[in-house]
Amino acid sequence: MGTKRSATRILGRSVARLEDPPLLTGRGVFVGDIRFPRQLHMRVVRSPYANAALHSVDIAPALAAPGIVAVWTAADIADLPPIDFRDPAAEALRPYRQPLLARERLRYVGEPVAVVFATDPYLAEDAAELVSVEADELTPILDASASPRSFAPGLSNEAMVLRAGYGDVETAFASAHVVVALDLTIGRHSGVPLETRGALARFDAARDVLELYGAAKVPHRNRDALARMFGRSTTAVVLKEGNTGGGFGVRGELYPEDFLVCVAAMRLGRPVKWIEDRREHLMAANHSREQRHHARAAVDADGHILALEDEFNLDQGAYVRTHGARVAEMTIAMVPGPYRIPAYRSVCHFRLTNKTPAATYRAPGRFEGTFVRERLLDAVADRLGLDRVTVRRRNLITASEMPFFRPLNALGTEVVYDSGDYPLLLDKALARIGWVSLQADLRRRRAAGELVGSGIAIFVEKGGLGPLDGTRITVDTTGAVELVTGGSAVGQGFATAMAQICADTLGVDYRRVRVVSGQTDRIQYGIGAHASRASVMTGSATHAAALKVRAKALDMAASLLQASPNELDIVEGVVAHRDQPGGASISLADVARHLAPDSPTLGDRDPGLTDEGWFRSDHMTYPYGVQIGVVRVDAETGQATVERFLLAYDIGRSINPMLVEGQLVGGFVQGLGGALYEEFRYDERGEPLSVTLADYLLPTVRETPAVEVLVTEDAPSPLNPLGIKSVGEGGITGVGAVIAAAIDEAIGMPGGVTRLPATPQRIKALLRAAAQRGRPAAAEG
Amino acid sequence: MSELVDVTLNVNGQPYALRVEPRRTLLDTIRDECGLTGTHMGCEHGVCGACTVLVDGDPIRACLMFAVQAQGSAIRTVEGLARGGDLHLLQRALITHHGVQCGFCTPGFLMLVTGVLEREPDIGDEALLDVLASNLCRCTGYQGIVAAMRAAVAELRGLRE
Repeated sequence: MGTKRSATRILGRSVARLEDPPLLTGRGVFVGDIRFPRQLHMRVVRSPYANAALHSVDIAPALAAPGIVAVWTAADIADLPPIDFRDPAAEALRPYRQPLLARERLRYVGEPVAVVFATDPYLAEDAAELVSVEADELTPILDASASPRSFAPGLSNEAMVLRAGYGDVETAFASAHVVVALDLTIGRHSGVPLETRGALARFDAARDVLELYGAAKVPHRNRDALARMFGRSTTAVVLKEGNTGGGFGVRGELYPEDFLVCVAAMRLGRPVKWIEDRREHLMAANHSREQRHHARAAVDADGHILALEDEFNLDQGAYVRTHGARVAEMTIAMVPGPYRIPAYRSVCHFRLTNKTPAATYRAPGRFEGTFVRERLLDAVADRLGLDRVTVRRRNLITASEMPFFRPLNALGTEVVYDSGDYPLLLDKALARIGWVSLQADLRRRRAAGELVGSGIAIFVEKGGLGPLDGTRITVDTTGAVELVTGGSAVGQGFATAMAQICADTLGVDYRRVRVVSGQTDRIQYGIGAHASRASVMTGSATHAAALKVRAKALDMAASLLQASPNELDIVEGVVAHRDQPGGASISLADVARHLAPDSPTLGDRDPGLTDEGWFRSDHMTYPYGVQIGVVRVDAETGQATVERFLLAYDIGRSINPMLVEGQLVGGFVQGLGGALYEEFRYDERGEPLSVTLADYLLPTVRETPAVEVLVTEDAPSPLNPLGIKSVGEGGITGVGAVIAAAIDEAIGMPGGVTRLPATPQRIKALLRAAAQRGRPAAAEG
Repeated sequence: MSELVDVTLNVNGQPYALRVEPRRTLLDTIRDECGLTGTHMGCEHGVCGACTVLVDGDPIRACLMFAVQAQGSAIRTVEGLARGGDLHLLQRALITHHGVQCGFCTPGFLMLVTGVLEREPDIGDEALLDVLASNLCRCTGYQGIVAAMRAAVAELRGLRE
């Protein structure tokens, strides 16, 4: 590439987002904004019981209500199977799949029991209230750490036990200088996007095509699943993504409602729309995170970890959804993180309970696993009287050990850390926050009576899940570029990032690139946007396609300009001689015209300035981070407040630093919620208590500190041509661990925080316990 | 179903003569009857602020008000902010400071701050943060929104000086 082009390179620049103008002017189109003539509105009647034998559902009064077109129970869709797994999952999990509507048993409050279809959403809701459910309430299973019980005849609520590990764990523990053991719990919380779920299905009988609007995350894979369920060809099911009000792992999974609107659209012959309300969302969309770990570390006298052992119970909720046991697998694979750890054994008890089904939420398994691992590192430091940074440094994998092979599997791939210099990022993070002076300052403040402390966590993330992505790029005769991807936009700035890669490679203005995503009738394959894969996989495919289109443009232009292609460059959509400013040139629009099917200059070339690019990858990329935070605790109320937070992250290669920072900070605030505020709580009957945003507390501006971000590009990935590693999840990963450690130090109780979220009530309990221990004489007297 | 009543809503200076149920919320009416879908439903219980519109200049949760209550009031929604092709300065600031990710909460924040700044153009930083704390965003971590709104306040101050 010539120097002229590099001067105007757009890759790596914080350009304004292409997505913004319509969103800022109210012209975005979210699924709730779409309406079709004669559309019906679906309302779901949900189980009021956590666990009950279902006897009957009385729909007669609802059927007689105004505006009602149909009311269905399980009997009306008895021909449809439970919702299948999207990826291959263990046979043992199959009996735990969710039916579209409850059959003989109700398993969580919020489970769909019946659906009402009406001409108006208010009328649908009125009629849904007339549906009555007769059932015998049973004792619910609410604690995944209790001994396994019967879940269904012949089935335990422990659906499976997953085991993985490597090395000689027994010998390591037998020879350890010290063993530290912790009992740690991560609370049940989830993505909770601002837009609730929604789906709008329409059946086009003329073309025999079923259309589903409101698709997100993995539209092609969901198309395949829907086609399988309905016995249709994959080209006769079309999923369409519009604007998407936040994904975070939750949106874009296939839920009962997605299937139900489709069946109804086909059977009732009218478009069917369903928009979830917030109460439904908090009891019906996937929950996540709830795990209890019994973790042990065997260490030598210097704090070197000899082995880790982790046995944990995962509360899956009432059914196993599309993901199977993915969160469990990811947790197992990523607990060891950035440390050497010569021997490791993990056992997961994957257990069903009578709560909302659980699946992935941003950094699944890593938020949980990092909390566990970093709590252990803190405990090791405390036990040996060593500095917590020193202990971490002694165990970090170094740059010379890269690529680092960990004999574990994650998402069906071998865990091989592709590149990284973890100690370097640690040094940079400590320098950025001013660690030494920070510690001195915190000591002074504590001496003055403040409850204030700091925490640190180091972690490895992952991204770029393969196996294959393709994009098609077309330049039309106006010079506009269309980039069709199998990716998915969930609000992260996908279109801008892809347009930048395309523009940079091809030599056009990124604002001339229209990015198409989430339209299954525009491209045959796609794996969407999840597992922080989009920038790596779709980005690399875009790069490949743009290189081919560029080559085709140069070839055509060379013959028109009587030059050789390597003498030419493309700048701002114009092909010209690299070294002759002001010389002969031709626009890409004109090149496209010369490539038209009826063009006399086409020659034996394939018509159109268009081509496809593909990118395959067998291994994931592994970005990594260091997070440091300062927390103050109010002794009166027990409320923890984050004063400062540093997110240091090596992402390999940054496409748009502004978007990168936005992803990291957004992730951090979600992590803040999970660490201090957000929890799905249940009463002893299994009734969910967090069903409004007044009970399930999302952080506001007031809870959010100014976040410092340090993005480095010290370790580009060797696995793709641009060196990209991904950024979608790295802001959230260490937040729980850091805040827990900082609270410990603030209240002077090493290892005090064993459970997230660290709510004021829980911190108050710790403070009371500390006070009692602090005055043994008084306590004994 | 209750009786339909006549109501005329004035939205962004335009009259909409409608027949609605008395129980129909202002939010649903603006979206479904007026066809202005930039105002969003996030929680329907007044917590998230995604449905914030201006009613006679006051930021109001449109999910907590009935359409019939807005008869005779001047309602403003996000669709009325830009003048022709020119974005409102808050809209421009949100682009510059990356205050938008999924964009679902954005109209609510825009109308909230528009209403407050029209009444209190010289708002102090603490008061501005209190205002922003009344709406929820789940994507941006607020950093970009806060930076944008601070910049807008500074720009307004500059315009007056």
